[in-house]
Parts: sequence; structure tokens; C-alpha cells
Amino acid sequence: MHYGIEKFLHAFTSLADLGQEIADTRDRKEMVESALQVVLGTLAIRRGAVVEYVEEKGSVQFIAARGIGSDLPPEIPFTDTDVKDSCEIGAGGLSVSEPHSSNAAVRLAKRHPLLFENLGYDLFMPLIMRDKLLGILLLGPKMSEEPFSALDRDVICSMGRHIGVGIYNHRLIAEVEVRAEENQRLYDDLRATYQDTVRAFAAAIDFKDKYTRGHSERVGRYCEIIAREMGWNDEQVEGMIVAGYLHDIGKIVVDRDIINSPYKIDAKLLPELNRHTIAGYEILSLIKHPFADIPLMARHHHERVDGGGYPDGLTGDQIPMGAKILTVADSFDAMTTDRPYKRRRTMEEIIKDLGENAGKQFEPEVVVAFARALLKEITGEAQGKEILNTLSDDYVDIENIKPLLIELIRSIESNSYSAAANVT
Amino acid sequence: MEETLSSGGPETVSSRVEGGVAIIYAGGYLNKINGERTKRECRDRLQNGCRALVINFSDTEIVNSIGVSILLGVIDAAEEREARLCFCNVNNHTAQLFLMLGLARHVYLAPTEEAALVWLNAANAAAPPVISTTPTQRH
Repeated sequence: MHYGIEKFLHAFTSLADLGQEIADTRDRKEMVESALQVVLGTLAIRRGAVVEYVEEKGSVQFIAARGIGSDLPPEIPFTDTDVKDSCEIGAGGLSVSEPHSSNAAVRLAKRHPLLFENLGYDLFMPLIMRDKLLGILLLGPKMSEEPFSALDRDVICSMGRHIGVGIYNHRLIAEVEVRAEENQRLYDDLRATYQDTVRAFAAAIDFKDKYTRGHSERVGRYCEIIAREMGWNDEQVEGMIVAGYLHDIGKIVVDRDIINSPYKIDAKLLPELNRHTIAGYEILSLIKHPFADIPLMARHHHERVDGGGYPDGLTGDQIPMGAKILTVADSFDAMTTDRPYKRRRTMEEIIKDLGENAGKQFEPEVVVAFARALLKEITGEAQGKEILNTLSDDYVDIENIKPLLIELIRSIESNSYSAAANVT
Repeated sequence: MEETLSSGGPETVSSRVEGGVAIIYAGGYLNKINGERTKRECRDRLQNGCRALVINFSDTEIVNSIGVSILLGVIDAAEEREARLCFCNVNNHTAQLFLMLGLARHVYLAPTEEAALVWLNAANAAAPPVISTTPTQRH
């Protein structure tokens, strides 16, 4: 085989190896080290290094080096003039053993004896991409002791371009990662601000009604538990928490005396109280929420699946599932807390109510999800005791409702529930 | 044979020591992975006091550019520790490559492992090491 062809084939396969190393290696330093190895192996060069130009620091830093010991300077100052001269030398490089062919080379060699002579390099090849200096490939003499031929220079030049592209791409990826991290941080901040605002609103809503302090927060918690039990994803669950916090926001436009009435509101004043659903919808519609349907959930949380609710008298599937979850969560909290005109109910009574109203006031699927979540807390199957810890001390001993919950779930699922028969 | 530490098929790098000489089998394809393994074997042998190494290429079909670069590192390491290094059973294609790149100026290419051991024993008796630029190759 002709010696020249052999050499050409080796260079050609080395270029393929280099492309693969640059494409496959995710870590920048590892990529440059592998690329340097390919270059050194292509021409059997024992000494070599790749330095990267860091514009912000005005210096060059060794990324990879072979055969020059380990006590390398961490960085070498590299001025704008050095950059300009490097670019003037160009990607074709400069052989140190040859007479310096340009003023730029003479100036650089004089200013940087370390890069040119002290480390025993023979070839100084700037890595330039889009007219910007990315780094320098420094190569010592060939093991064959022959000078670099024109073919050698072409091969190294081509490899230098590959390495330049590799460094450039890794920089772009690093920049994108930094931007992505910044965006994530900003998003997290915005999200935290939104959640704080929602909590503040909830506190403001509940502050107006002295009998239902903490109601919105508790409803938010119950909504979260039900939605999780129903298999909703994290974002949907978070939306339900927000809906729970804000479902009664319309109450801020309702007369305080009506809200704080110690008596059950009579038919004459009821429309005034009931208008909080539409007022809530209108208030929440003005805000762009990161979650879907929050205003609609507030509007429809007093609808009933049998059509007997307000404000729109929707039935069944016309009511958003989020609103149906809200209805159960809202009712459960109302039944487990004292009102001026009504004392809290026992858990047995509540389960009976949920069962009797499944398919009437409540969506059966939601009642089952809530009952399952409560049952899991009682049996210890759930990780936490979110519902039980939210309830007042009156509900400490509720182990005995386990069979009622099991029967409630079984009956709804078999569509034959009769809670009354199970409550003694 | 004094010691056998590891052995394997053509895809693995293995080594043994015979008469104070470490013999490293370079595996089927001397690329980055096998090259690093070969380098590690050589380095460990040198660190353990071996001053004569044979790298046996009998299973090696191809040596790529990274493989060459790693072999340069092995040559450097051997020179630093004043150890003698010899390649053997190099196929024709790889021998041409080593000749073309100048590796054969620094490392003796022996036709067989036995010839490598004979050469190392002879070289031990008379320094400096003999360098051959016209090796006999495996075909």
C-alpha cells in the first residue's frame, strides 16, 4: 500500500473518530481531552494542549494537556491585542519552528513565550468560530521527527475546526442551561408569590366571616386530598388547592351582617348570600391564573348534580369536576365545624349525609374518592393524616366509622347505597 | 511463568508476568476503552516495580487514533521509569501505522512474544535498548 494513501486513510478515520468523540461526549472537559487524544494519535505527537479563551476574564485556561507535566498555570492573561493577533494568524495556524511569517506571530511569540517555546510546542493553532477566538490548539513535534507537512496542517486545521465547534456548542448548551435555571428560579418565585397572594386572599375572605375562620384553607386541603385520590396530576392538584382557597372570594362583596348572621339566612336574604358565587366568578375572571377553570369552580361550587343548586342550576356533566370536588370539600368542612345556627355533626351523620346525597347534591365519584382517602388515613395506609389532623378534637375517636366508609364506597360503586340503614 | 493475574478473550485486556517481564494483551480493538485498560495495566505493572513491558497485539485487529495516543502515553511512562518496552505480534496494517507515525523508532516491534522476551533479556544485559525500524510483522 502506498505510504501516502496509508497516511491519508489514517487521517480520514481519525477525523471520523474525532467527530464521534465530539458528538458523543457530554462533558466539555472530557470532550476536549478526547479530541486532543485523537489529534495527538493522528500524527503521533507526544505533547499537546488545548487552552480555552475566556473573554470575561481576559485569559486563556488549559482544558486539556498531555506530556507537559502537571504544574500548569491555572490561567494566562490574554489581552484584546493577543486575541486580535491570534485571529490574524487564523485557523491555519502557525508553526513555531518556521520563521514567523507575520507581525502578529512575532508579537504573540514575544508576549507569550510560555505558549510558544517554554512548553516545547511546534504548532500554534487558534480555534476560531464565527470570527471569535474560542481557544488555541498547541502541538509539540511529531514522534517521527518530521516537520509538519501541508497535509498534516490541513488535517490538524480540520480537526481544530471540529474542536472549535465542539467547544462552541458546549458553551451554547451551558448558556441555555444557565438561562433555563434562571427561568426556573423566576418561575418558582412567581409561583411562590402567587401562592402567597392566594393565601392572603383566603385569609381576607375568612376574616370577614367570624364563624368560618380557616374555612378556605381547610377546603383547599380537602380539595387537594380528593384530587390526589382521584389520580389528578400535580398541576391539577395545585389548581384544586387554589380553587379551595378562593372559592368563597365573592363573599367580600356580600354584606358583612348577612355573612355573620347568627341565624339561618331567610329566603329574603338568601339571594344576597348566594350571589357570592357569581361575584367570585367575576372577580377571579379578571385574574390570569396558572391553572384552568378556577373562576368556573368558584361559580359552580354550590351546584348540585341533580340540578337543584345555584347559580345556574347545572346538572351532572355540565358541572366541572373541579367544582364537584369543591362541593364535597366545602360541605364536609361545613358539617365538621360549628355555625351559630347549627352545631357540627357526628362523623356517622356526615357519612350518612354524603351517602344520601351522592347522585343528588354530590358527584358519587367524588364522594367515593373522599371516603377512600379518609379510610386510608384511618387504616394507616395513607402516608399522612391530613384530614384527621385538620378536624377538631371532637373527631379523635373515629375508628368506628371504618365499616361505614367501607359500606359507603361499596354501595356507591355498586349503585345501591342506603346509608340510613347503616347508621344506628 | 511466574504469575498470572488476569486473562481474557480478544475483547478484553489481560496481563501476566514472566521472568520479571509484564506481558499485556491489548485486546481486539485498541480504542479509548481498551486503550485506557492497557494503559492502566502498564501503569500498575510499572508502579509495582516492573522495568520491562511487552504489549502483545496478537488479538488486536485495529488501533485507532486514541489507541495510538494512549500508546504514546505508555511509551512516556516507560521512559520516565527507565523501563524497557516492546510490542509484539503486531499485524501488518498496525505495524505500517506504527512505522509511518514514528512509534517504531521508540519501541521494538518483535515478531512473537518469545522474541520479545529474548530481546528484552538481551537488552537488559546491554544498555541502551536496541531500536528496530524494520520489524517483522504478523500477517
